[in-house]
Amino acid sequence: MTQETATEKKRNPLVPFMRVPEDPKDEPYLWGSKCKACGTIFLGERVACGKCGNTDPFEEVRLSDEGEIYVFSVVHQTVPGLEAPYVAAIIDLPQGVAVRGNVYGLDPTSPSPDWFGKKVKMYTEKVRTDREGNDVIAAKFKVID
Amino acid sequence: MKDVAIVGANMIKFGRYPDKDVVRLASDAAIGALKDAGISINEVEVMVSGNLYQSNAMIGQRIMKEIGATGIPVVNVANACATGSTAFREAYLAVASGAYDVALAIGSEQMGKMGLLGFGGERDISYSTEGVMGTGLMPGVFGQTGVEHMRKYGTTAEQFAKIAVKNHKHGVHNPYAQYQKETPLEDVLNARMIAWPNTLFMCCPTGDGAAAAVLMSAEKARQYTSAPIWVAASVLTSDPWQERNPTMFDVNTLTRNAAKQAYEEAGIGPEDLSQVELHDCFATAELVHYDNLMLCDEGEAGRLIDEGETSVGGRIPVNASGGLLSKGHPLGATGVANIVEIVWHLRGQAGGRQVQNSKVGLAHVIGLGSACTIHIVKK
Repeated sequence: MTQETATEKKRNPLVPFMRVPEDPKDEPYLWGSKCKACGTIFLGERVACGKCGNTDPFEEVRLSDEGEIYVFSVVHQTVPGLEAPYVAAIIDLPQGVAVRGNVYGLDPTSPSPDWFGKKVKMYTEKVRTDREGNDVIAAKFKVID
Repeated sequence: MKDVAIVGANMIKFGRYPDKDVVRLASDAAIGALKDAGISINEVEVMVSGNLYQSNAMIGQRIMKEIGATGIPVVNVANACATGSTAFREAYLAVASGAYDVALAIGSEQMGKMGLLGFGGERDISYSTEGVMGTGLMPGVFGQTGVEHMRKYGTTAEQFAKIAVKNHKHGVHNPYAQYQKETPLEDVLNARMIAWPNTLFMCCPTGDGAAAAVLMSAEKARQYTSAPIWVAASVLTSDPWQERNPTMFDVNTLTRNAAKQAYEEAGIGPEDLSQVELHDCFATAELVHYDNLMLCDEGEAGRLIDEGETSVGGRIPVNASGGLLSKGHPLGATGVANIVEIVWHLRGQAGGRQVQNSKVGLAHVIGLGSACTIHIVKK
């Protein structure tokens, strides 16, 4: 019988612009790179600024977990394994960067212009297990107003 | 740049051809375009092939082996949904530059029942914007495009639905369209929801198709025709930096940039156009492009569809062919086919869907990611 070493299960982010702290008590968060020349913030890592072309090192910024709905669609027809319908939104974060995400807490059967500008808060959820048995963590959003 | 004429134009009926391969579909379109021009493959000096899924498999050269392996330069082009129109533009540039006198552009695709899904993996840095898998699927993306127009200008779901009503009405008269079926407003609104506000009838079908065009220098064209069709503008743009892009695809800014360049290059304004074939992959897309192509004042697109101005017989007919909503959207074929459609109208060969007295047409395509082509062609 082979000796098995119990490896600790990790929490890995689904997207490269999310950081998952080692301590499970700490909440995962989204991060971006700020161009030191023009101040534009991008999701995740950058080698150059897509706006001004600057290639100096970027400053890492922690993004807010609250934002507001810019626009959305309600997706009824989707890939196998996803529960539909769901509200697929573009969410503006106060740092001036937008993120895609599904929003919960709205009735997907009655989409409405009233949803524009709704305040949402990010939460994370395990969406699957990767090949090494680690949890894969994704960001979702819920309406808070 | 030298003047370039379109002397041959042809497409096959779009649809599903499970018994033919894509080389055969492309060959049928190409041979038709050569016959239309009155030349053989031996007169062609350069060929550009647009095909999204097989450009990594030398489809252009495979087509030449079928229609005449003359040893000329062959280029394979891929540019998302703008693949065909980019191939046309490369053929145009080959002649406009003075390097060649006769070029053949072929667009082809065989998709079967494959859907229009999203792209970009989790680790692709430029597209790693998926919050949860499924937020970036094409129907949702183009749903958001329409919803942004609602937010900015108060456009309604019903106005978007009217686009599908109009295009399917036009499509009835197009024997080259995959579907020739009218869809009254009630049917469109009550059809299965795909991604709000687009219902099933507001999404283009995918399928198989091919189209081809023969381009010539002015001197060469005079040997073959007394009535050439001229390329008055050929423009290709990509995304400029935008606040929410790449998180949110922006089909507007690069279309506006392309339109401005195209009108300037052609020396005309939108009011001089006889007709437009534009990229209605979803009904929401067509409506926003009324604004982007400046067919109306900004934000007036909803009024344009309400008042029937973009129907055949209206002030500025859009998608007389039935659009992608009727014709189908075999990715690589689309961009060549909508130029072929305009050529047929300018020649008065468009049958029951003919735009009367058409003199100048604009063909627009968007490949998401993004690439925008605009061609203005005239008598």
